[in-house]
Amino acid sequence: MKNTVTTADVRHIAELSKLSFTDAECEEMRAHLQKQVANFEILDSVDISDVPPTAHILQAVNVLRDDVVRPSFANASLLAGAPDKSGDVGEEAYVVPRVVD
Amino acid sequence: MDILDMTLCELVAALDGGGVSSTEATAACLNRIKDTQGLNSFITVCEDAATDAARRADERRARGERAPLLGVPVAVKDNIVTDGIRTTCASKFLQNFVPPYDATVVQKLKAAGAVIVGKTNMDEFAMGSTNENSAYGVVKNALDPARVPGGSSGGSANCVAARQAFAALGSDTGGSIRQPAAYCGVVGLKPTYSAVSRYGLIAFASSLDQIGTLTRDCDDALAMLKVLSGKDERDATSACPPAYPDILRGDVRGKTLCIADEFLNTDKLDDGVRAAFEAAVDALQKRGAVIKRASIKSFAAALSVYYVLSGAEASSNLARFDGVKYGMRAEGCDSISDIYVKSRTEFFGAEVKRRIMTGNYVLSSGYYDAYYLKASKIRTVIKKEFYAALDGCDAIISPTAPTVAPKLGEQSDPHKTYLSDMYTVPVNISGLPAVSVPFGAAHGMPVGVQIIGKCFDEGGILDIGKAVMLADREVHNA
Amino acid sequence: MLKATIGCEVHAELKTNTKLFCGCINEFGGAPNTHCCPVCSGFPGVLPVLNRRAVEYTVRAGLALGCEINGFSKWDRKNYFYPDLPKAWQTSQYDLPLCVGGYVEFPFDGQTKRVRLNRIHLEEDAGKLVHDGGVSLVDYNRCGVPLIEIVTEPDMHSAEEVVAFLTALKSILKYTGVSDVKMQEGSLRCDVNLSVAEDGAPLGTRTETKNLNSFRSVARAIAFETRRQIDVIESGGTVEQETRRFDDNKGVGYAMRSKEDAHDYRYFPEPDLPPVTFTDAQLDGIRAEIPTLPAARVKTYTEKYGLPAYDAEVLTADKDVADLFERVVENGIEPKKASNFIMSETLRLAKSSGSDDVELKVNAEQLYAILKMSADGELNNLAAKSLLAEVWGSDADPRETARRLNLVQSNDAGAIKQIFDGVIAANPKQTADFLAGNDKLRGYFVGQVMRAAGGKANPKIINDLLDKLKG
Repeated sequence: MKNTVTTADVRHIAELSKLSFTDAECEEMRAHLQKQVANFEILDSVDISDVPPTAHILQAVNVLRDDVVRPSFANASLLAGAPDKSGDVGEEAYVVPRVVD
Repeated sequence: MDILDMTLCELVAALDGGGVSSTEATAACLNRIKDTQGLNSFITVCEDAATDAARRADERRARGERAPLLGVPVAVKDNIVTDGIRTTCASKFLQNFVPPYDATVVQKLKAAGAVIVGKTNMDEFAMGSTNENSAYGVVKNALDPARVPGGSSGGSANCVAARQAFAALGSDTGGSIRQPAAYCGVVGLKPTYSAVSRYGLIAFASSLDQIGTLTRDCDDALAMLKVLSGKDERDATSACPPAYPDILRGDVRGKTLCIADEFLNTDKLDDGVRAAFEAAVDALQKRGAVIKRASIKSFAAALSVYYVLSGAEASSNLARFDGVKYGMRAEGCDSISDIYVKSRTEFFGAEVKRRIMTGNYVLSSGYYDAYYLKASKIRTVIKKEFYAALDGCDAIISPTAPTVAPKLGEQSDPHKTYLSDMYTVPVNISGLPAVSVPFGAAHGMPVGVQIIGKCFDEGGILDIGKAVMLADREVHNA
Repeated sequence: MLKATIGCEVHAELKTNTKLFCGCINEFGGAPNTHCCPVCSGFPGVLPVLNRRAVEYTVRAGLALGCEINGFSKWDRKNYFYPDLPKAWQTSQYDLPLCVGGYVEFPFDGQTKRVRLNRIHLEEDAGKLVHDGGVSLVDYNRCGVPLIEIVTEPDMHSAEEVVAFLTALKSILKYTGVSDVKMQEGSLRCDVNLSVAEDGAPLGTRTETKNLNSFRSVARAIAFETRRQIDVIESGGTVEQETRRFDDNKGVGYAMRSKEDAHDYRYFPEPDLPPVTFTDAQLDGIRAEIPTLPAARVKTYTEKYGLPAYDAEVLTADKDVADLFERVVENGIEPKKASNFIMSETLRLAKSSGSDDVELKVNAEQLYAILKMSADGELNNLAAKSLLAEVWGSDADPRETARRLNLVQSNDAGAIKQIFDGVIAANPKQTADFLAGNDKLRGYFVGQVMRAAGGKANPKIINDLLDKLKG
């Protein structure tokens, strides 16, 4: 499997990652990903024909919690470090620019 | 004996005996941190809180109370959250983040009476192998300030080497405890995946991350592990390990140790490190260990498996840093999309961005099967090969890292740096416990020997580790 | 002829005590960010631990809807950025959901219609955004509330059919006790996938209209979107695959501006949650918790209580109503009487809020007291109706309330006779006509006596007196 990483790929992945790059950074990132992808070609050398997909690294299953209410945290302690917030003390909400659907 | 020359276990005995107080031990560490500030092992030093905690520990002792680490100064890697103490992950993004809760391991340290002297420097979000990816400056190796301490738990390894604390917590996703331990000449234990709760460890790659310890010797690692390990109802992947041994004998007589051919048949391994490792093997054989060869055929693919899986998980785990709830938000944002893109672009460092991009690339539409799915299947293969090899022996031994600590600034190509984790990464992929202990030197710097054990056999590998260190003392007259 | 084909994704919040991954209370409303902790607010370092009851409720719903239960089920991360999603991923189920297949059957167009289900999976709800001028306020109280997503096959073709399906589904979910299914509080929401094509032709390109929270808006959105797609096709255009919203106030749908990253959600298995497995014995245990469902109750009501099928269907549509009916009948109220009163008076009040939710604000003890007084002749129909309205929403004792409001009718034959005699004496002409055979005047006399008795005379006694007068 040979994959070529294009500038358009980098721009698309940057959008998914919510990152922006200058043209120079974009090219640097493209070269990096290209090298990574080249390294990843070694993955084709391992025989995985009988290996089922792994659902979880552990063998453990059914690690469940009882449905018992625990006290919530104080609003003030959760929002203490919020970059922008508004509302009465103890009832604050996080604030972001108006979100348009 | 200078307090700072004691091991953690020796300090506990001295505290119990009344010859030393926690206030003295803590003051000694805090002074040492000040005197060696240039090493930059710490991002935050908790001078007042530590002094208070030490005084309280002394009062508790005076009342006849005992706890496993009562009054012992320790350090905590800055990706483990501490209630009321800034936790940055060495990122600009979290430069103002004060968590509202303690990680389970921090609660356990506090319950055991430990005194937290500070939060240690690291590679940003634990991504790196030199500690040069910190927004708070590089850490200088305590043994040679021109060299790196390794990473990502560079500050934790370095503070133990520099006698700034008696032990430190680190985290290990692909070698981040063991590799800096090797570079700094201390003991770095990565326990079995699930042996120590990850609740409160700021996740890098959830299926690989494990909290562990950096200590001066194997007995100290065991003492710390006993405090930290156990099932945590807040971590569904945590488990209750079987009882650990009371003491380590450092006896390898009759024990079978395996060496995987693939680990040594490589030109990436530095000759000096190879020689030191071979000397360690000789010494172990002389002490009665049986040395066998084994094969981990998929070894060569492990690093790629690691970068696919850890990148994928990291891209998701680090998406929560979005400028909305905590941490930094870029100035002048007119829309929610602005907040996301500008904040993440401004406050994440270059290596973090590379990992996020790799992760989103391998998960993105059309590539999942080729990368993520394939890597996760190879993970199963690697795991099987390790389990099979361990089936016929007590432990697998290898060099911890292919080289000694490089010089600061020497590693400019990230792809080259990635190779420094070639021996440690397969262990995280397999979920196994491993410890790095110092043996000998190359190029004037310590060399680490990695001992990989069966699940939950931390007692066994620490025992072998103790034998390695005893042999080291014998051979090198240290 | 162009025909719409419709499938739904129905989201129902589970009524567990706590959220899906933490111990915060699962409760509607509350001041912003007060039912929250580091886990559900997406703080660094936290880990999820799955709520056992949420898993069991999902399986219970699945069994009630005829699904196969996956013996091995896992969770996956659905990654996208949105301010109501603090982790920037929704923990959901991708390829191994808890429940697969299943169906809902309901009467439609004189026949039994079956809508096939594709799957039911368990995921977490997101928080809430409140738009206020130039900003949006983010509240995570709802964040992490357990949510089941029920995905149908594209088996429906009209708004009426979808509403009938939703009504039946809502009824079953409420019966199983896993959800409040209150559309007004958003605990039941529906996304509609719709495409149009010539009858018999392959399906057209579909659009998804998200987050409809009343039957009325489901119906209107379907009508709007069907018309729109037909217009696009008839004017020679092509329908774009897109995510849309429906503005209830304006009655129009519109394409969403946010692309949600073009739906590249980068699903991968959630490493922090071990999978869930079931044995047959465990499934039997959960199956045993499912109460008798509407279809079975209809049978009981017609066969055992002799109710008409129509009555039985109305009464069983909502579990609370059916339970109420059964309680009063078990206590000795005649089934048809109970049915009439519940279907007319009780349901009128229960649906008065104008929503699609039945809100019963009377308990079985109160209703029994009212029906018993009525059966004993202590209340006439009008008084029973006023008394129900009076105790509605309170825990008042109906007997006391009836006394206080003077609603209890007189069964004192002597006293009524006295009033009756006075009325006869005062109306000689009408009396003569009545006696001459004009029975229409019977109502007149009952009314006159009733008025003189202040509305509280038992009409049966008055009628008896009139019969006696006629000889």
